[in-house]
Amino acid sequence: PTMARTHLLLASVLLLPALATCTTTSRWSAVPQAPPDPILGVATAYNADPAEMKVNLGIGAYRNNEGKPIVLRCVREAEKKIANDETAMKEYLPIQGLEAFRKVTSAVIFGEDSPAVKEGRIAVVQSLSGTGALRVAGEFIAKYNPGTTVYISDPSWGNHHTIFQRCGLQTKKYRYLSESMGLDIDGMLEDLRAAPEGSTFILHTVAHNPTGVDPTQEQWKKIAEVCKERNAILVFDTAYQGYASGNLEGDAWSLRYFANELDMELFVTQSYSKNFGLYGERIGALNVLCKDKTTADRVLSQLKTVVRPMYSSPQLHGARLVAGVLNEPELKSLWNVELKEMADRINEMRTALVGALNDIKCPLPGPQFADWSHITRQIGMFAYTGLSEAHCKVLTDKYHIYCTKNGRFSMAGGNPGKVKDIA
Amino acid sequence: RGAGAPRDKNEKPYLLPSVKEAEKRIVESGWNGVQQKEYAGITGIKEFCDASVKFAYGADSPALKENRLISAQVLSGTGGGRIAFEFYARFLGKGVPVYMPDPTWANHLPMAKDAGLSLQTYRYYDKNTYGLDFTGMCEDIKAAKDGSIFMLHACAHNPTGVDPTIEQWKEISALLKKKNHIVFLDMAYQGFASGDADKDAAALRMLVADGHDVMLAQSFAKNFGLYGERVGCLSMVGSTTEEAQRLLSQLKILIRPMYSNPPIHGARIVATVLDDPVLNKQWYAECKGMADRIIEMRTALKDGLAKEGSTRNWDHVVDQIGMFCFSGMTPEQVEKLKTEYHIYMTKNGRISMAGITTKNVGYLAHAMHAVTK
Repeated sequence: PTMARTHLLLASVLLLPALATCTTTSRWSAVPQAPPDPILGVATAYNADPAEMKVNLGIGAYRNNEGKPIVLRCVREAEKKIANDETAMKEYLPIQGLEAFRKVTSAVIFGEDSPAVKEGRIAVVQSLSGTGALRVAGEFIAKYNPGTTVYISDPSWGNHHTIFQRCGLQTKKYRYLSESMGLDIDGMLEDLRAAPEGSTFILHTVAHNPTGVDPTQEQWKKIAEVCKERNAILVFDTAYQGYASGNLEGDAWSLRYFANELDMELFVTQSYSKNFGLYGERIGALNVLCKDKTTADRVLSQLKTVVRPMYSSPQLHGARLVAGVLNEPELKSLWNVELKEMADRINEMRTALVGALNDIKCPLPGPQFADWSHITRQIGMFAYTGLSEAHCKVLTDKYHIYCTKNGRFSMAGGNPGKVKDIA
Repeated sequence: RGAGAPRDKNEKPYLLPSVKEAEKRIVESGWNGVQQKEYAGITGIKEFCDASVKFAYGADSPALKENRLISAQVLSGTGGGRIAFEFYARFLGKGVPVYMPDPTWANHLPMAKDAGLSLQTYRYYDKNTYGLDFTGMCEDIKAAKDGSIFMLHACAHNPTGVDPTIEQWKEISALLKKKNHIVFLDMAYQGFASGDADKDAAALRMLVADGHDVMLAQSFAKNFGLYGERVGCLSMVGSTTEEAQRLLSQLKILIRPMYSNPPIHGARIVATVLDDPVLNKQWYAECKGMADRIIEMRTALKDGLAKEGSTRNWDHVVDQIGMFCFSGMTPEQVEKLKTEYHIYMTKNGRISMAGITTKNVGYLAHAMHAVTK
């Protein structure tokens, strides 16, 4: 009997592990942990940092001199009107968005006198800011030009590649930034010329993200020639109109040249995140400029079939805010004033940073640099400093200064008090 | 009336007072005391996600207590469903089928297709009884390959208004478990179906208690009257805390190239209402009021048809749940209603009960009797 009990004991000890492995593994056990988003992940890390002295130069969100986020005065006025309007319902918008918004947004980017605007040959959908507009554009392009390859500047906003790949399209790079932190125009033109006919080119309308390096007007003309010659599908990503220089017309020069002077068909995405400070409200537009109104109407119907199974229809609030400002002359003027205030402050920050770097004779980030002037030459809110990934890691780990690992500083995130510390 | 947006008794769109009050507070005092419109992060407003899942799953849900539940703010029910389908396509394979009830909301089909899934149906609506084809449904659940994706409407099925009873849900849950099927729930009417939010969530909660690692797309369009602000929450139950975090990281990967992060306004409103005891109570009564009005109209329509002398069985008008009544009228009858009586509904005979008021219910009953007698 003791032997039998021992056998039983042994048997049960041996059986138990076997039983344990009989439990089903989760069907999602093979789902890997995805890495944090390279840009948005910076804010997460910054927020989690307990250090008292820390600076967030990661996301491109504007901060005032006190380092605080702001809501534009013109937006506040428009918003108060909505909140106090007991008749403002919250019904579904049509798939293409708020009519009052759609009517004004194209004029902002193309100009009121744009023939395309006057002739009604732009298919416009209200979009979830720039990202949403690019995704809808990409899905539409993939549907009707499935073989097209999408050419994106090197470097560019990282999400560009992800968006178009998600639409099932192949993405490639075209040379953009030169060794000396200027535009490698020859490399760019060569790469675009080598692209197959009917390729898709992603162009940054103004204030190139992340480099801040924009083509001159003469260079844009050359780029346009190649685009025409290649019969390329053009997507102008416009996230900084008015925010770059304080001047809405000036910042839109590039695509207005293509649209109004060369009469080309274009996809133009607009974001009101920065120039209206409406980041979290996710308001933007996709404009598809066509040769004629009939085509534009048909294109609009197809854009709607992309939107409907994605999120049905866009949200009210951000659209009402933008429309509320743009359709009210006093508020529109105020907006222009506030745009200039933001752009001027950002430029001051650039100058202040370079000044502070020169004051302490900060060593340059690499042998290709003669000085820090690339920071003041760049346009828009980002300073593409030239710092390496290793440099950035030290900045973050030792000094609690957060930026994306490509050395891109959001100058809107700095304030005069911190410039010396950053330098 | 075609689209599913409620009206008050005067046929005016209805803006819930609790919602308007919350909005005023946010505009006046900012968010957590600060005037800002910063990006909310890929998964949206945290307070909103926390309040949403508590609302759906119940505060004492094992999934919540065991920290196995992750959530993300999304663009209402459509946005939630689309991300869910993209997740399935990415990790189960492109072209894998999702089983949908026959019929379902029309937009579900292109949502699944555009996400990269293929479509299959399971029997659901019995056009002979105007009720549930429970036998057919169970047969189809059994016949599907093990581990198939099954989409279920948590309550107030759209378009039929036909829901399984709680006993039927128990059997459905057991069958799904046996087949190791993947459960995706679309819940667009919690609180708005019966007027009782916990009752409307009973099926979801039972499935979770039964151990299903569900994915849930919640919409706040109807129950909060926030249609146009596009407020929704997508949540997923993992088998462990660690797994739930992995799943969340992958949902973010799908959201980022679609719209980066969701719109803040509507989510802030919902969070404000749900987190304030007074506003919460007020909202609950308003939502129940909407549900009650629709239930009243169902009774009024059925009584009206009887008054007109209709000898057809119109029990389903009252038995069906939620915003829609699957009337059983044919496309020809629906066409007649439009051309002769200027009454609009979808071709499948689906009536949006929210469009019915005390003023027009008599007219509707008269017209319906005229085309069906």
